[in-house]
Amino acid sequence: MKNISKKNANDISIKRKFIQLITAILCNAHLTGFYTGKIYQGNLKAACVPGLNCYSCPGAIGSCPLGSLQSALVSSKYRFNYYILGVLILMGAILGRVICGFLCPFGLLQELIYKLPTKKLKKNKITRILSYFKYIVLIVFVIILPLISLSPAFCKYICPQGTLEGGILLVKLNDNLKSLTGGLYNYKVAVMTLIIVACIFIYRMFCRFVCPLGAIYALFSPIAILGIKVDKNACDHCNACVKICKMDIKHPGDSECIHCGECINVCHVNAIEYAKFVNKNKKLKQEN
Amino acid sequence: MDKTKLLRVVIIILGIALVVLGIFHNDVRDVLNKAIRICYECIGIGVLL
Repeated sequence: MKNISKKNANDISIKRKFIQLITAILCNAHLTGFYTGKIYQGNLKAACVPGLNCYSCPGAIGSCPLGSLQSALVSSKYRFNYYILGVLILMGAILGRVICGFLCPFGLLQELIYKLPTKKLKKNKITRILSYFKYIVLIVFVIILPLISLSPAFCKYICPQGTLEGGILLVKLNDNLKSLTGGLYNYKVAVMTLIIVACIFIYRMFCRFVCPLGAIYALFSPIAILGIKVDKNACDHCNACVKICKMDIKHPGDSECIHCGECINVCHVNAIEYAKFVNKNKKLKQEN
Repeated sequence: MDKTKLLRVVIIILGIALVVLGIFHNDVRDVLNKAIRICYECIGIGVLL
């Protein structure tokens, strides 16, 4: 039974990695940009990608939802942008934090970095408290500061994805941009380095403590259509799911859950399932 | 229909309505205009404070 569970867990993990990889490639499918140093300027960029993927990445073919939201808030003095608000609500209500677990290129990168063989910092009470910090980042850097300072403060001061995908690549490929780099660029590279190093030791450190996009999607967790659901009648509260999870969850499917599915196979009463695959999973487990 | 499902339906309808309103309000053009230009703040070009 244990071996079968391990096989199923590996299957879910491999499928998830495959989806993450495909999404990262699709979000950055403007391959010529990576050697010309020019960003994609087609109409597809009017559409937002679900995960954190800077629109100034030379490969990006869609808009970053966070960048677009901040840009909308900066210009909200003149006209309110209903479109971006609607897109965020729709993505949150349909997919929720499934986006973090399956569709975010920066999430994939963090998971790959975490695979480096070193000592790891496991979740504890402090990481649980720190998981609320992303809501402060959302309110201060994504909403208040763009409204006051009229600049996208999260992109400017925190976002490691913009520096990694956009900044470093574009500056390397473009001499004009290189000549414009200064204190802000050095600061952003330092922040990005700090986050990447932290991700070696702490599982999805940026997602758990900093990412305001995850914070937005977390607000929709109670109503999101897709994702992990727990059969409360079947659950015997053994807590095996919470123990195996590397995120700061209180129970599978809550606002901290990224719906990776690792908890499904440790549940000895089969109470945890993906919402859309309930019957299929039950059937599989019964056959096993 | 339980309360969660009802709330979900209301929020999805709200989301769709906002997207449609945004399309008629030319918000898509604003998003596109921002996205097709290099965002200097995003890549770290500019003044720190």
